[in-house]
Amino acid sequence: MTEESRGFLERERFRELFDRLVLRGYQTLAPVVRDGTIVYEEVSGPEDLPRGLRDLQTPGSYRLEAGESGRFFSWANGPQALKPLLFAPREILWETRRESDGALSFSSSSPSPRPLAVIGIRACDLSALALSDRHFGKGPFPDPGYALRRRDLFLVAVDCSHPADTCFCVSTGDGPEAQSGFDLALGELDSGFLVRSGSEKGRELLRELSLPPPESSMEEALKRQADQARSSQTRRLPSRNLRNALASRPDHPHWNNLAARCLSCGNCTSVCPTCFCFSEREEPALDGHSSLHLREWDSCFTAGHSYIHPGPLRGETRFRYRQWLTHKLDYWHDQYGRSGCVGCGRCLSWCPVGIDFTEDLPLLLGEPDGH
Amino acid sequence: MDTDPHFPRAAIIRDRIQEAPTVFTLRLEPEGDTSVPFRFTPGQFNMVGVMGLGEVPLSIVSDPSDLDFFDHTVRIVGRVTGAMARMGPGDRVSIRGPFGNGWPMDATRGRDIVLVSGGLGCAPLVSVVNYVVRRREDFGALTVLHGVKNPRDLFWKERFSRLNGIGGTRVFLTSDTGGSGWEGAVGPVTNLIENISVTKKTTAKICGPEPMMIATVRKLLDQGLAEEDLWVSLERNMQCAAGFCGHCQLGEMFVCRSGPVFRYSEIKNRLGIRGL
Repeated sequence: MTEESRGFLERERFRELFDRLVLRGYQTLAPVVRDGTIVYEEVSGPEDLPRGLRDLQTPGSYRLEAGESGRFFSWANGPQALKPLLFAPREILWETRRESDGALSFSSSSPSPRPLAVIGIRACDLSALALSDRHFGKGPFPDPGYALRRRDLFLVAVDCSHPADTCFCVSTGDGPEAQSGFDLALGELDSGFLVRSGSEKGRELLRELSLPPPESSMEEALKRQADQARSSQTRRLPSRNLRNALASRPDHPHWNNLAARCLSCGNCTSVCPTCFCFSEREEPALDGHSSLHLREWDSCFTAGHSYIHPGPLRGETRFRYRQWLTHKLDYWHDQYGRSGCVGCGRCLSWCPVGIDFTEDLPLLLGEPDGH
Repeated sequence: MDTDPHFPRAAIIRDRIQEAPTVFTLRLEPEGDTSVPFRFTPGQFNMVGVMGLGEVPLSIVSDPSDLDFFDHTVRIVGRVTGAMARMGPGDRVSIRGPFGNGWPMDATRGRDIVLVSGGLGCAPLVSVVNYVVRRREDFGALTVLHGVKNPRDLFWKERFSRLNGIGGTRVFLTSDTGGSGWEGAVGPVTNLIENISVTKKTTAKICGPEPMMIATVRKLLDQGLAEEDLWVSLERNMQCAAGFCGHCQLGEMFVCRSGPVFRYSEIKNRLGIRGL
């Protein structure tokens, strides 16, 4: 474990962090406002950030509005996590060419990504990243595209000071403060940021910034802020470990109740930072001599996801919702050693009908006719 | 797995055998870099691709000691298999694999093998038949129980009758419907189980539609076979075949990686649940 360094970065000096990253060759992404929400895009400095904005999130709703403070990170999250930056929504896996003699040749189209720095990552998304690493990065043949993008990532986390109504990271044990997996972490105060390092890379950069040590009053203020963020969260999971709690109830009647509301649209799986399903398909060239083999994000809410001849195994919405939630909260324990839910609440906000599974869980875990 | 699961190589079709109106076998020879020989165990599968159309998971039916080629028996069910049906010697497909764990062949050496297959999905067991017949002295009694819905669904009829009696192998066929000229039994494949006597030396390997496998397992358990000596091969949607894409998940298992062959005791809690 790397020794942690700490320093205080005045708000006026915030730009220096961006400049240092650029000097080190990083393409720097940070939160910006686009289409009424907050996404990660390339920025040139702090002026691009959603300063002073707050996000109002409730099941089925996401809105940005002006907040009181001049803070850069007084919001919880947007629909993206780190997922689209590492697990590309669409990726070419290889190209096939048919030569004139009929022989087939294959060429890989490995991405050659620039080293990426991302500012503003939250604790929930760091936990999701650690889970994605376990899924895509393990074994003798890790996923090539993911591994390439993951290699040169510089992560600047931010402790969450303003969780949304939909957040429940306290109950999953993932937030609101960044715990691990970052290079630098920021705790934001009105006057600036308490910066702490989480890796050797981060320590080096912190040294370059040559910051004064934080005052103890700042540390205390941040602690109070974190406590407040913790206590503001009202939603929770019944347990961090629901292993075999859902799988043992495949016939619980409440699955039908969920299915009656669910549109099977797959929004939840798109915004979920740990959902990893993808489908593969060919895209033939018009001349018939070559074809791209590519993959795209898929969702267990589509009929094609479980298709084997002569039809989908999960033809009904209740089977798909059951698969999604049981996988997320139950099977993940066997697959990757913990729940697949990091409490970010995105699947609540971005569900068009506002399904809040934290309300449904106690019913799914209860007696079929109980209350 | 020794070969990169993420990248294909080419294979040339050396032979094509029409087994039934919609069933054919392709004999394939890997092309290009052959420094990594194509090695597999019965029950493993390849992702076989047609350029411009896509890939399908196909069980390998030939014998692993034939090092120069491997066979896939294919039923036409969609676009890719339909295109494969129109291919012939000299044509190329892409292959990735082999994937999955395969049947426990070494672990069941010396035992009496009972193979139960249903419908057209018997390809994963054909490799076991071939394997045991070639190494007859390594195994005890071999009994093949095969059921089809309709007599016209039966292919490899000659092969089945040739097999019957070789080295004491016994083959029992049944059809749900029967019909004129049908010489086998009439009824579900589970009825054929009365032809075998389960001993401590018996291992059963089962492949077919899930309800058929469950019914077979029940009957064999009733006859005293231990859960540990029952093996099943499952079928799921496969795309990456290496445990990444998520399509083949059954409960906590990625069937492509921890399967497609499972010991019954490992999988029993996940069988027979609709929509799982």
